[in-house]
Amino acid sequence: MSAIHDAYIWLNDPLNWTNPGGILDQLRTHLRLSALAVGAACLVAWPVGIGLGHRGRGGGLVVVVSNISLAVPTLALLTILPLTFLGFGDAAVVLAIAVFAVPPLLANAYTGVREVDPEVRDAARGMGLSGWQVLTRVELPLAVPYLAAGFRTAAVQSVATVTLAALIGAGGLGAFVTEGFGRQDMGEVLAGGLLTALLCLLVEAVLAAAQRLATPRALRTRRRWALRPHVRSLSLMDVPETGQAAD
Amino acid sequence: MSFLAVTYLVEDPPGNPWFSWRYVRDNAGQIEEALREHVGLTVSAVVIAAAIALPLAVLAHRVRWLSGPILALSGVLYTIPSLALFAFLAPFMGVSASTVRVGLVLYALLVIVRNALTGLRQVSSDALDAAHGMGYGSLGRLLRIELPLALPSIVTGLRLATVSTVALTTVGVVAGHGGLGQLILGGFRNNYYKAEIFTGAVLCVALALVLDLLLAGAGRLATPWSRRR
Repeated sequence: MSAIHDAYIWLNDPLNWTNPGGILDQLRTHLRLSALAVGAACLVAWPVGIGLGHRGRGGGLVVVVSNISLAVPTLALLTILPLTFLGFGDAAVVLAIAVFAVPPLLANAYTGVREVDPEVRDAARGMGLSGWQVLTRVELPLAVPYLAAGFRTAAVQSVATVTLAALIGAGGLGAFVTEGFGRQDMGEVLAGGLLTALLCLLVEAVLAAAQRLATPRALRTRRRWALRPHVRSLSLMDVPETGQAAD
Repeated sequence: MSFLAVTYLVEDPPGNPWFSWRYVRDNAGQIEEALREHVGLTVSAVVIAAAIALPLAVLAHRVRWLSGPILALSGVLYTIPSLALFAFLAPFMGVSASTVRVGLVLYALLVIVRNALTGLRQVSSDALDAAHGMGYGSLGRLLRIELPLALPSIVTGLRLATVSTVALTTVGVVAGHGGLGQLILGGFRNNYYKAEIFTGAVLCVALALVLDLLLAGAGRLATPWSRRR
């Protein structure tokens, strides 16, 4: 196939890697935008999710947020936000990506704190711990595996979604795909797709390992591919897969 | 197009409003065409995906060792960005609507398989025992007991797949067939024409909502027993 050959040649050209706007440049942009988006989303979603879970309220809100985010195309936010007061630049892109990273973080933080065995909570209460102490010494440590799972989902999804930033000219590895389509250069399209997919799989693998480390050994029973009870996501937008989204 | 742009400049109040009836009126044909393509891509993708996914889910449910690889594969595919998936397909399938459709089918497939499998696994063993005792064979049990009981989960999968496909279709804009995505990105590239962007985005969300409600209604009609609860 000539496209595969062209992609091979394109990837083998050292200038495509080191040029300004080359692969290394765009990789840096890609990672920077993703990291900022996930960081911003964590700052909002974790306190809210943990707070709601601690008080045992707002489960409906969590479901509504993730349902709405499902229906909004990323492309819409990516094109609309730069035209608001945010202006062109990183802020608008980061916010657009962060919006879609919030639901998995929120849902997992909420579920993690909520799922703590009520008897454990009662025992902590009985030992004289205050509400704040129950949260920080009992609920949060037990919720760490969920927080890690949410972080992994949100981060992988953000790295995948930043690819679309190239459509509005904000850079990232998706730039090679859009540039290739624009020039009808299928070798570049294929190479760009390959680089993007590899980055996403790599981030997924690293964070899966990190999640495993963050999960106490006793809780590591589930197989990696097993149907998980918490929110897992599509690469572009999150999809609660076990039907939490229904009604 | 330039003619329309000129009338817009002359007759609309100055500025670049987020919504303009004038834009909708003047471009009704283009908007309708984009909407038509969007609905066509979404519906055909979900229907094809469902036709493949349900037998696949039954297979994965029946043949235990297959469910591992099927779920693992779907997990890997989940991780790959849509833009990259289109980039893998386009060099071999050409830059066309069917390239976009195949990509959409793949993503919808995953969602439907996962939910259908969850539904099939949740059928209680008591119900299966009872069916066995009543003399149901393997096929009869599947058609009359397992699939009906898994139906709510299957409907959930179809709804999730539909809503996310509506949003995902916009990415088809890279291959020139993004339905309403053509308006969204077209407006952005057309001097940041806000009315065009916003019309595309609003129609997109509305379409997702309408299709979701239709499926939810169909699901309720199909599972009369679950309404009593």
